[in-house]
This record gives sequence, structure tokens and C-alpha cells, in this order.
Amino acid sequence: MNHQRRDTLKAGGGLGIFGLLAAAGMIKPEMAEAAWNKAAFDAHKMDDAMSALGAGKPAESADVQITAPDIAENGAVVPVGVVSNIANTESIAILIEKNPAMVAATFDIPAGTVADVQTRVKMGQTSDVYAVVKADGKFYMAKKEVKVTLGGCGG
Amino acid sequence: MANPMRIRAAAKDGVTEVRVLMSHVMETGQRKDSSGAVIPAHFITELTAKHNDKVVLSAQFGPSVSTNPYLAFKFNGGAKGDKVVVSWVDNKGDSRTDEVQVA
Repeated sequence: MNHQRRDTLKAGGGLGIFGLLAAAGMIKPEMAEAAWNKAAFDAHKMDDAMSALGAGKPAESADVQITAPDIAENGAVVPVGVVSNIANTESIAILIEKNPAMVAATFDIPAGTVADVQTRVKMGQTSDVYAVVKADGKFYMAKKEVKVTLGGCGG
Repeated sequence: MANPMRIRAAAKDGVTEVRVLMSHVMETGQRKDSSGAVIPAHFITELTAKHNDKVVLSAQFGPSVSTNPYLAFKFNGGAKGDKVVVSWVDNKGDSRTDEVQVA
């Protein structure tokens, strides 16, 4: 069996379908790339990340709750959940202070969606996890320290 | 093309909870292989979830999100049999769209 040929076929086929979808307007890669907040995801300092998110210096709020383990045994998979009890929450961002890529994920919450998201992140070392919430144009945050016994960003 | 996502959507008391497990390497671009060469970054950048053509969540991911990303969220409304469509795009332009009926 000629594996190289098969891979080439597969790659070609994948591209074809992607092109077709893009042409049909089902996905718009150009738009998607433009919307991705590169500045925020490239930020290496907390202040840079905050300003790239447009957050400035958010106020700490008890209405933003982070659900994360106190101690994560495996830094490669740390479950993090954020709940915002602030009315008109528009977006939620999850930041890991000591990761090379601080901003893990941002979520836009349209009206009708509950401000309650859960995901899993990698953590290279023990760090504070920040949740930054935008509501009514204002920014709020909460943080929680997660201790990591085995880092998830190494080889 | 990447492997399909596993999506569960369940409606309860007027709120639909959606859980998505994507299949993706989520390579950070920080790691090195055994010969010391940097493994190029390859991760999902954007994700959109729609309920009956209405966007209920859009997310942007960075490389800090775990391999095979998991995502759970809730939206108001949604009834049994409604369609929930989730699609993502990664930094290499690959994409994947999957749909599920609300249970």
C-alpha cells in the first residue's frame, strides 16, 4: 500500500471540502481569522493581556465565580468553569497568569445564553487563574490559585 | 479533516445544556520533539455554536486550552429535536462542523 499517495489524496480531499464549505458561505475563514484576538493571545504580561481584551484594570467581584480544583494533579487537563451572576454579561475570558500564552479562551455570551461556561486548560505550573467578565461595558474579575503538581506544557 | 466532535445537548426546565468534546492536538508551539525541533503550533482558534441558526456561543481559544478541548455551556430555550450545530476553525485553516439534536 502506498501510504504517501493515500495521505496526498486525503489532504486534497480535505481541502476540497473546506473550499466548498467556504464557497457556500457556511464558514468564512477570512472573517474568523480577523476576529481572533491575536494581541490578547500573544500577550505575555498580565497588563498587556488585560488591555488587549479591552479590560484595563477590572474590579474584583464576588459575583464572578471560578470553579477549579485547588490542586491539579495533571497540569495538562485542568477543568475550569466560570459563572457570572452579573446581569447582561457579554463575555467571559479565562487567563492563566503563569502560562506562556496567558489567555486560554474567551467566550462571547449572546443574550439568551447563560453566563456559565466550563472548559479544560493546560497549566505549566502553579498559578492564579483569572476570569474576566464584561457586563454592560464594564469589566469584573475573579481569581483563584490552582496548584499544579505535574506541569502540562512540557514535552 | 479532523475527527468528529462528540456533542451532547440536553434540554431541562427551559435551559439547554450543551457539552462538546472536540478532537484536536492543540499543539502550543512551545514543545520540542526528540530531535529538539520545535513542534509548530496547531490549535483551534474559533468555535461557534448555533441553535436553530441563532448563535448561542462564540469562543476564541488560545494554545492554553487542553488537548481534545472540552466545552460546556447553557442557553435558555431549546426543545427536544432542535438542532445544535457546533463548528470550529484552527490556526491552519482546518475546520469541522458537527450537529446534534437536543435530547
